[in-house]
Amino acid sequence: MKKVARHYGAPLLMILPSLLLIGIFVYGLLGVNFWTSMTDNHSAAQASGREPVAFVGLTNYIDLLLTEDFRHSLANLVLFTATFLVGAMAMGFLWAWLLERPLRGGRFFQTIYLFPMAVSFVASGVVWRWLLNSNQGESASGLNRLFQMIGLDVLQNPWWNNITFGIVAIALPAIWQLSGYVMALFLAGFRGVPDELREAARMDGASEWQVYRMVIFPQLTPVLMSAIVIIAHMSLKSFDLIMSISSAAAYQTKVPAVDMFLFKSGFDYANSAAVGAFLLIIIAFLIVPYLVQQHRSRTR
Amino acid sequence: MQRRNFLVLSGAGLAAAGLTACGGSGSGGSGGGESSSEVEVFTWWAQGSEKAGLDALVAQFEKDYPDLTFLNASVAGGAGSAAKDMLQSRLQAGDPPDTFQAHAGLELTDYIDAGQLEDVSDLYEEYGLTDAFPDDLVTLLTVDDQIYSVPSNIHRSNVVWTNVAVLEAAGIDPTVVPADVEAFIADVEKAAASGVTGLSVGTTWTQVNLLEAVLMADLGSTAYNGLWTGETDWSGSDVTTALEHFGALIELTNTDRDGLDWTDATQMQIDGDAAYSIMGDWAVASFQQADLKDGEDFGYFPLSGGEEIFGFLADSFTLPVGAPNPDGAKAWLDTISSQEGQVGFSLAKGSIPARTDVDTEEFPAYQQTAIESYAQDAICPSLAHGAATPVAWLNDVADATSKFTTGASDVAGYQEELATIAESNTSA
Repeated sequence: MKKVARHYGAPLLMILPSLLLIGIFVYGLLGVNFWTSMTDNHSAAQASGREPVAFVGLTNYIDLLLTEDFRHSLANLVLFTATFLVGAMAMGFLWAWLLERPLRGGRFFQTIYLFPMAVSFVASGVVWRWLLNSNQGESASGLNRLFQMIGLDVLQNPWWNNITFGIVAIALPAIWQLSGYVMALFLAGFRGVPDELREAARMDGASEWQVYRMVIFPQLTPVLMSAIVIIAHMSLKSFDLIMSISSAAAYQTKVPAVDMFLFKSGFDYANSAAVGAFLLIIIAFLIVPYLVQQHRSRTR
Repeated sequence: MQRRNFLVLSGAGLAAAGLTACGGSGSGGSGGGESSSEVEVFTWWAQGSEKAGLDALVAQFEKDYPDLTFLNASVAGGAGSAAKDMLQSRLQAGDPPDTFQAHAGLELTDYIDAGQLEDVSDLYEEYGLTDAFPDDLVTLLTVDDQIYSVPSNIHRSNVVWTNVAVLEAAGIDPTVVPADVEAFIADVEKAAASGVTGLSVGTTWTQVNLLEAVLMADLGSTAYNGLWTGETDWSGSDVTTALEHFGALIELTNTDRDGLDWTDATQMQIDGDAAYSIMGDWAVASFQQADLKDGEDFGYFPLSGGEEIFGFLADSFTLPVGAPNPDGAKAWLDTISSQEGQVGFSLAKGSIPARTDVDTEEFPAYQQTAIESYAQDAICPSLAHGAATPVAWLNDVADATSKFTTGASDVAGYQEELATIAESNTSA
């Protein structure tokens, strides 16, 4: 017993403050959120505690799923995440692969590709709103105008104002901003592969492609996993970029995070919390397998 | 090696993700108002003519109450949405400012229901406001025999603005006011046929502004006001007609509307790219700043279906429960409701005074017409600006409208949705 205390005592004391803070402000408030989402707290009077709230179980969740508008938001979120994830992964990986070899000017391009990440989503959103202007023909501006100038008129499109696929247009700036970051992750992964392994493979007669396929790519799996988790959870939380290109009320670019904001501004705390809970559950689907995988590889 | 690398990477990743995820939600200007001489006034008047108006009020306040200090707690951004968001948190946390700006009317319902506002009817007696404001306005402000805010100024929401040169080029006589919405649509079509945008509009709330103007004109004041009390049936055929008119007008607007604010839409007219727009009368300031001449370069008329209607919204100030300095807040309410305060503020902001007993000679031409109609016309509360409904109802209508204007629903679906929204909001 004494041995246990000596072994764990000091470390436990050291992490206790952060444990308490996280316990209260993260997990405690998550609990409050789940509780709120299962009440009928739909009005200002209830929000300020003047009128009682009642427990209603999962009613809010079911009601939300039954509304077409919320399903539209969820569909938008899936579409946005898929595009953002695939786009950022593909671009980031491609750049990392190209820049992995010691090329002249490689550093320069690394910096160039990484820079967009330094811009805040709100600032880049303002510029992209103009680039993605949906006017076509004579009054076109932004990218549509560019397409006209280079003779690719057929590529003109309404961008984010398309009802079904508008959200994909908003994934473009997100990809533009985060590809460089994914590239940096992969570059570090590439550099983590010892040269001896490559040389050994070459000695065994592997072609350059085989070296990549059989030796290097398998070792990038952990990097790939963390890149996916980082990009996907950012995508699920996306709010600022969408709000600064589009607006809260715009139907074509609704996602759950925007719904959450709107419910809150209308004093509908229960539905706001329920949307938040949906987001948390979706993120959990992503994070939990990742944590399990990490845990396994560590204990192995 | 690999693991360490990975740990560093994921750590960096989390930090970076954290950094990008942290939007700038400016730190709250809490505190303040502790000393009894300070009056913390919460507004979203942070720039342009609104700031000029606030400055005029402050000057008057300092003259009226030299021993009180005005503490500016204005929050910029999002046409007031950033401010409202922050105000909501502060009120919930029991840390109210001494007084805050709010649109007069049902937008206050939520605060009233939450027990966050004091009844100020006594001040109406004390400052003699009941007779100074028109009866219609006092009725609009009264909730269960109590009044919770004091209006500082009035705006009109249902004004059609025209670019005279563009109209003439399209062969439309700019001096003829269309008799009803049908005639107006015909004019807009004619203008659009001449190669410009017929009607310029911006993001969703400006579309709701357009919707309310069409509803007022097509339904008339009684039926329009009944929409919000449950007396008018949202499923009725007259509403269908109005929504069809609205749809026809949206067809004639610019395709990039959802990316524009009202200022951009007005700018299209100033640049000669659009013939018409429907916007509240704060737009007049944009035309004047661009050196366009009233009557020669730009014109205006209320959208009407025969009846003269004044689409009404008012800025007002409140007395929150638990204000640190209620006497200071009352002093502020005195200044903003006084004759000098109202005239000075409206002259700077481009609105009209809520009081009818003030000298209006100083006001420019547009405001003169608004003052005249305000005294004569039927008054309809604005939907887009929170006078007609609580926030939740307006949010729902905005959602449905966005759905309709992007083409995700047709007139029938839109009307059905509006009817459902009205039902759920009146029963709640």
